[in-house]
Amino acid sequence: MADSQAMKKALWGPILDNNPIGLQVLGICSALAVTGSMQKALIMTIAVTLVCAFSNLFISMIRNQIPNAVRIIVQMAVIASLVILVDQVLKAFAYEMSKELSVYVGLIITNCIVMGRAEAYAMKEPPLMSFIDGIGNGIGYGAMLMAVAFIRELLSKGSLFDVEILPLIQNGGWYQGNGLLVLPFSSFFVIGLIIWAIRQYKPEQVEKD
Amino acid sequence: MEHYLSLFIKVVFVENMALSFFLGMCTFLAVSKKVSTAIGLGVAVIFVLAIAVPVNQIIYHAILAPNALGEGIDLSFLSFITYIGVIAALVQIVEMVLDKYMPALYNALGVFLPLITVNCAIFGGVAFMVQRNYTLTESVVFGIGSGVGWTLAIVLLAAVREKLKYSDIPDGLKGLGITFITSGLMALGFQSFGGISL
Repeated sequence: MADSQAMKKALWGPILDNNPIGLQVLGICSALAVTGSMQKALIMTIAVTLVCAFSNLFISMIRNQIPNAVRIIVQMAVIASLVILVDQVLKAFAYEMSKELSVYVGLIITNCIVMGRAEAYAMKEPPLMSFIDGIGNGIGYGAMLMAVAFIRELLSKGSLFDVEILPLIQNGGWYQGNGLLVLPFSSFFVIGLIIWAIRQYKPEQVEKD
Repeated sequence: MEHYLSLFIKVVFVENMALSFFLGMCTFLAVSKKVSTAIGLGVAVIFVLAIAVPVNQIIYHAILAPNALGEGIDLSFLSFITYIGVIAALVQIVEMVLDKYMPALYNALGVFLPLITVNCAIFGGVAFMVQRNYTLTESVVFGIGSGVGWTLAIVLLAAVREKLKYSDIPDGLKGLGITFITSGLMALGFQSFGGISL
């Protein structure tokens, strides 16, 4: 049984110390595309966290049976089945949302966070720790996603979770929405600046060239 | 013919895989340090996309689509796992064929070939093809075009990054941070193609 210290590290470490997006350069595609509103980002976070945690759990359970040569295919099969589950559930209970997320739900399969953690962690560690590592990385990914979505939705539409915070001029308020932040590529700038902020705070993450 | 040409131009510039749909970003940011490696990876991506998209198109419409196998049989829920299986198998086959018949190209592509399986640009290309209901010829054009677009983007970014080495960047922005900002500016540039109607 792993001690609680190591568990805590696996769970909370990925938020700042070892952020999947900021430091490991994993899972960036979806982070850029679905951060237009907090709601989308939250759904995506939940989906990725679940897939990552359970794929880590299952892969770790069968890690001693998987032949090394075909491990990628086996991991893919596990991950793809889980993503199909998530996709079907979304289509059944949140059809509008699943239309809006379009191909990005399917793209969780090739989301490198899930693949990367399965390959780097779950293939070596026991199931419980892998499960926690999966949740931790999901949270780290989600934290970055929510931070970007928070900035983008608040400054572009003046709302959070579709609740009006800054009344827009169009609706008789005083706030002029920022048009740049509506466009998906603005998350490039936001993520870049967040990475800068994290690295100022934790200078050991700065890259040497 | 005109229809296919405009589709090609559209996927290369207006709907660029990397810069307007943000697909294949992980490799886009990680493998863009040198122009030569970027070109190698780009060629491999074009190659795999050009084969994977049409093959999946055939499989989807012959087997998975509702009522394709017989009245009332809908296998479309199996689509994700099929696509990824087909892509993984294709990459493996391409690797073996290249190794046997074109060892020079195989050595040039090196480690990038197997990595392409998990490149979301490929999977995204296949998913878009199904979503937009392309015919077989359209999907060939779409596959090649999106590969060319992705390659164009990564080669441009690599060229910018090679020059960036000589500039004085704040410590915290070095590496990943400045790469994000650079690709953001490139995406802003590509956004201007959006006004072209084809």
